Amino acid sequence: MVKINGTEQDIAGKTVAELLEAEGYDLLKVAVELNEMILPKAQYGSTALKDGDTVEVVSFVGGG
Amino acid sequence: MTALTKEALYAALCARHGEELQQKFAAGAVAVCGLGGLGSNIAIALARAGVGHIRIIDFDRVDISNLNRQQYFPAQLGMYKTDALGDTLREIGLCSEITADCVRLTPENIPVLLKDADIICEAFDRADQKAMLVNTVLEQLPDKILVSGSGMAGLGSPNTIRTRKIAKNFYLSGDGESDSGSGPGLISARVAVCAAHQATTVLRLLAGETEP
Repeated sequence: MVKINGTEQDIAGKTVAELLEAEGYDLLKVAVELNEMILPKAQYGSTALKDGDTVEVVSFVGGG
Repeated sequence: MTALTKEALYAALCARHGEELQQKFAAGAVAVCGLGGLGSNIAIALARAGVGHIRIIDFDRVDISNLNRQQYFPAQLGMYKTDALGDTLREIGLCSEITADCVRLTPENIPVLLKDADIICEAFDRADQKAMLVNTVLEQLPDKILVSGSGMAGLGSPNTIRTRKIAKNFYLSGDGESDSGSGPGLISARVAVCAAHQATTVLRLLAGETEP
């Protein structure tokens, strides 16, 4: 299982890019932390999720 | 009326905050990126607390649409925000060295312009620009601490605005969801709540407290 924003999901093997697309995120408005480290955008497509990973997707909204 | 000196203000800050804590604030170098409702309030809070080095960055000018929530005066309409807020900060923050950069931050200039800051505040308006700054700082300046804001529009309960530690050096304030593009937009007090979360987080970090 992979923990996505606090919820366990059975998605090991999928890439981060596939996860973000399936969840409907706007890639221009997110930052992704994989196991508490920033994941560079260039690595979204090549990073496959493994059981035990913790992913935090921060999706920014406008306003400041 | 006698003009206040830096030394007199520093003594007053030490009397209020304690000398040990004030020395930590005075040693801090903080960059505020974006000088709208978040950034103008954050920078003023840091100057009042006596943070030693405050770098303010924005490319924009003061507009009438800013006056509902941003710390500018009608007489400053049309001025660059870096000039207008710089004037205010230099009046408040005699103990703060103020550096201003009137420039649009990009992935190319961020590593240069933010290299001297210990802590970086993301205070942009647009979601894509927030993401750009956060990704660039965390990827290219991994030794910096970043305090970002997302979700402070509308008139929802202020109690939904909170600060979370997302990663070792990444703190995020806001309710996470209220977008400025819908509803009544950005309102002074609620934006200030988020700004105060970010500024308090910065001051806690300078004091050595790493929990949000």
